[in-house]
Amino acid sequence: MANYQHRGLDRVFAALVDPTRRAILARLELEDSIAISTLAQPFAIKLPTVMKHLDVLREAGLITRSKHGRTVDVRLSPAPLREAMDWLARYARFWSPALDRLASHAGAKEREAQALAGLKPE
Amino acid sequence: MTSLTLVRRIAARPSIVFEALTTAEGIAAWWGPDELPVLSAELDARVGGAYRVRFQTLDGQEHEAFGEYLEVDPPRRVAMSWNYAFGGEPAEAGRTSRIEFDVRPIDGGAELTLTHTRLADEASRASHARGWTGSLAKLVGRLGALTAPAQAPTDPQ
Repeated sequence: MANYQHRGLDRVFAALVDPTRRAILARLELEDSIAISTLAQPFAIKLPTVMKHLDVLREAGLITRSKHGRTVDVRLSPAPLREAMDWLARYARFWSPALDRLASHAGAKEREAQALAGLKPE
Repeated sequence: MTSLTLVRRIAARPSIVFEALTTAEGIAAWWGPDELPVLSAELDARVGGAYRVRFQTLDGQEHEAFGEYLEVDPPRRVAMSWNYAFGGEPAEAGRTSRIEFDVRPIDGGAELTLTHTRLADEASRASHARGWTGSLAKLVGRLGALTAPAQAPTDPQ
């Protein structure tokens, strides 16, 4: 189970690596749902390429598709993004105080080194 | 982006910062999310060398991080693979991510940049994708507002 979840999260992060897919998500953020043809318009890439990006986003669970007559609409699906954010937040909580301590530790070492250098006879 | 990036400006020269990152004594002084002491730190800071750090958190749990040095370029850069086991429950069992520390000299000390990347094999692509963390946070922050109106009765189904 846990492994399945990990793979899911990896797919989310892999999907987010690509700038076109991030642009698609940013666009979808502004709309409740949007027809694929409308979504594809501002991109300087062909519809089949957009469709491939949408497949990656869908496999990562980041969007859902629904058919209305002859148009296919897509919309954002927030849960996997939240999970990705949780991962980032967890490590931010881990590293942020650690780096503060690192900074004060290194600062103390620097002062020691300078004091030592000051004591050294020229 | 797929990575966490944190920056600190430190009143110490890069070589001192690098030493804090790559010696057991240095790591023991700061590693971990809270003030509890590091229980043990073993490392061999050469490319291909291993590290293992055990520490305790305020909730009483023991944790262990371990991995391998992927890049060691004193005093500028060190990259490690990262595996993290929370006490008892391996929250990320089988998952390897990647951490990178970059140190650059600035007036009066060094600037340290930490990048923690979820996808170990995405790290080479990480540089152009930095900054996404903030956008992602913004996006997610607004999703709450976005999902609620989706239930609005404007769309007769």
